[in-house]
Amino acid sequence: MRRLLPLLLAWALFCCSAPALAGGAGSLTIGITQAPSTLHPNIDSMLAKSYLLGFLRRPLTQYDQDWKLVNMLAETLPTFDNGLAEKVELDNGDEGIRTTWTIHPQAAWGDGTPVTTEDVVFTYDVGSTPQSGVATTELYKRIVEIEVVDEKTFRVTGDRITFSYNSFGDFGLLPAQIERPVFEADPASYRNRTAFDNDPTNPGLHYGPYRLASLDRGSSYTLEPNPTWYGPEPAFDRIVLRVIEDTAALQANLLSGAIDMISGELGLTADQAVPFAEGRGKAYNILFQPGLIYEHIDLMLDNPVLQDRRVRQALLHAIDRELLVEQLFAGTQPVAHSSVSPLDRMHSEDIPTYDHDPAKAAALLEEAGWTEIKDGIRHNAAGEELSFEIMTTAGNRNRELVQQVLQSMWREAGIEIVIRNQPPRVLFGETVRKREYEALAMYAWISAPESVPYSTLHSTQIPSAENGWSGQNSNGYANPEMDALLERLERELDPAERKGLWRELQRIYATDLPVLPLYWRSDAYVLPNWLKGVRPTGHLGPSSLWVEEWTRAEGG
Amino acid sequence: MGRYLLRRASESLLVLFIMSFVIYGLLGLMPGDPVEMMVQANPNLTAGDIQQLREIHGIDRPILERYLAWLGSALSGDLGYSRLFAVPVEEVLLPRLGNTLLLMGAAFVLAFAIALPAGIAAARRPWSAVDGLVNLTAFAGISVPPFWLAILLIILFSVSLGWLPAGGMGQGGLGSTLLYMVLPVATLCLAAVGSHIRFVRAAMMEALRQDHIRTARAKGLSERQVVYGHALGNAMIPIVTILALDFGTLFSGALITETMFGWLGMGKTIYDAIMGNDYNLALVGLLLATIVVLLANLLADLAYGWLDPRVSYR
Repeated sequence: MRRLLPLLLAWALFCCSAPALAGGAGSLTIGITQAPSTLHPNIDSMLAKSYLLGFLRRPLTQYDQDWKLVNMLAETLPTFDNGLAEKVELDNGDEGIRTTWTIHPQAAWGDGTPVTTEDVVFTYDVGSTPQSGVATTELYKRIVEIEVVDEKTFRVTGDRITFSYNSFGDFGLLPAQIERPVFEADPASYRNRTAFDNDPTNPGLHYGPYRLASLDRGSSYTLEPNPTWYGPEPAFDRIVLRVIEDTAALQANLLSGAIDMISGELGLTADQAVPFAEGRGKAYNILFQPGLIYEHIDLMLDNPVLQDRRVRQALLHAIDRELLVEQLFAGTQPVAHSSVSPLDRMHSEDIPTYDHDPAKAAALLEEAGWTEIKDGIRHNAAGEELSFEIMTTAGNRNRELVQQVLQSMWREAGIEIVIRNQPPRVLFGETVRKREYEALAMYAWISAPESVPYSTLHSTQIPSAENGWSGQNSNGYANPEMDALLERLERELDPAERKGLWRELQRIYATDLPVLPLYWRSDAYVLPNWLKGVRPTGHLGPSSLWVEEWTRAEGG
Repeated sequence: MGRYLLRRASESLLVLFIMSFVIYGLLGLMPGDPVEMMVQANPNLTAGDIQQLREIHGIDRPILERYLAWLGSALSGDLGYSRLFAVPVEEVLLPRLGNTLLLMGAAFVLAFAIALPAGIAAARRPWSAVDGLVNLTAFAGISVPPFWLAILLIILFSVSLGWLPAGGMGQGGLGSTLLYMVLPVATLCLAAVGSHIRFVRAAMMEALRQDHIRTARAKGLSERQVVYGHALGNAMIPIVTILALDFGTLFSGALITETMFGWLGMGKTIYDAIMGNDYNLALVGLLLATIVVLLANLLADLAYGWLDPRVSYR
């Protein structure tokens, strides 16, 4: 016992010297599964970075939790109705739109420097310099001019008529007082020398409710309230983001109290959250929020069999998607009927849908010439089998499960499915991008509210060697009617008119079926019962953008 | 000795040079590049944007040209920037190499400290109850997958008992770091100890069968003197060889453990760099891993001379 006592004392010392494992009063520890890479707002894009930056800064504009475009940094969102947006004639004779913005008068960087138009101009300079490494160059290319009115007011002239004239979510303001000397020293190496990555805790980099107090890159990020924040005071004295990439370890950390919540944006998948909710649901507030991640199957339209629309429609009638989402995801991921989310205000119910109807599937296949059934598989008059190869991302358990269920459902309809999966980087890096799959490719697209699906449906967006394999219309869909609609949609300013165009787009999409819609993926938010005010958005705008609304309930 | 070390250092440099070429080539052969990942994340990128980004990242140039450019910079001390972290690669890798060595070193020492007496005990009484128990433990250690073991330990010690943190690296301070190391080190140790026990047992059994051991016993030496004074020294040569080789595999084992416990180490960093097309980070990370393995082997070779006076260095 005498020997054991010092050991026990040492153990107690360890335990006392360790920090509290769970968040104490006024602190919140959030588990996320992905670490942000660069923290520069405009270089590279990844969800983990958006989530972290949501606590630290605000974009000029953002779709809110009700999918309405709101301003977050300016005083007023420019519109034609309030006179802050107007059509103008450009030097080349085209029409453009000029918008007037006034930055919030109290907005200031964390070092006390006011956020001004100088920062706006500097951000534009960086974004429009090709070597800077800013990825979303399209946004800057569309800007013809930025005119400074005064320290807080500026005008932006866009090069075209577009309904998204006042959407500037990707225009991440950069602090000129810190970044300009770095950029001007050598624009080509700016992306490697930016203070966002070389001095990330510099308070002058952000102007949001929190500032980055410390970080262990790739492991944890500690945030503390920013004294220069101009909005409502956030409730928590400290927020810690802890990166735990393995979801089993993430759950164990939650149960042990090492983290208080699991972020929905970067947390458990629906199939992991459902059993967790069944077992531990009472101890947590678990929210399932369907989002804009659209799981679907691309149909290669160069394939002669799939060129027949009846075969495509039969493929969808032959599968029971309601049963699939109920059995695999307890109904938490809703069935998709088109590429437009039911949460989007442009969604239309008035489109053809495809219920599970084996008789109809059989009739369509008979009509298409697949009449003879041998060994359970349909054949045509030439003796060819109705057989397709399906590919998806190897190792993605959800997709592989869905694939197997679909295979058995299609088998019932006399359609043979051969599974040939590939690692994600091969599937996306080569096979889909270069249109090398034979028939079916199952994966997901991510979009934004009212995002015109130009790159996935317009015939000019079919990847080829000539266009450097750009565009996402990898199945080769080409319909002049759809092309014309997509071009009109972008330019239509009247929301009512636009809604009609969207309805027509969805009708054509659901009739032509260039892809088979499967379901909308859901985010699972696992929150402590005492945490109030977290509202999932369902789109790519992270819930952290409204962190000042998060509070601790009485007694929590 | 000096000449021997110089020769080994030259050989190691040659190995590193060849490895850098092979790794760079293999990374270049992987499907996809950083720009493709950006294209997937942003459908608005035009063909012109894609070309421009390829030029910025130097991907439009032939791989040999890129490799030679990297080699030139590396020889002048510039190992390049990490694409993922936008800082010089050494700033990312060196702290993580330290973290991994801390984890691996602790697990390695602990595993060896358990394996050595257990293996000797088993070898001294083969097929006895002690041997059976040691073998059972060894096979259990070999058979249990590290990720499963990690989850079991987290559930037991963090969730059920609440004694230890489930993951992370602590908040600074020796006590905190040691506390956060307990579970990952236990996982790595338990995963490694089984094979170490088997090596020690086999080597000791072989050594105890030698003629000079029989002679030592005939001379009336105590069992303790026979085992520790005569058999163990000879048994250590194959054990050291295996341990040196095993040191490299701990890097791959650490990948799983680092992921499960959120420990920022080399295994996870190299994996992320490869998956994220961060060529510089992956290349330098793999070269650092190579250096660690080469050093481990050099130490093993030096240990041979210490263990066996017949070995000389020329």
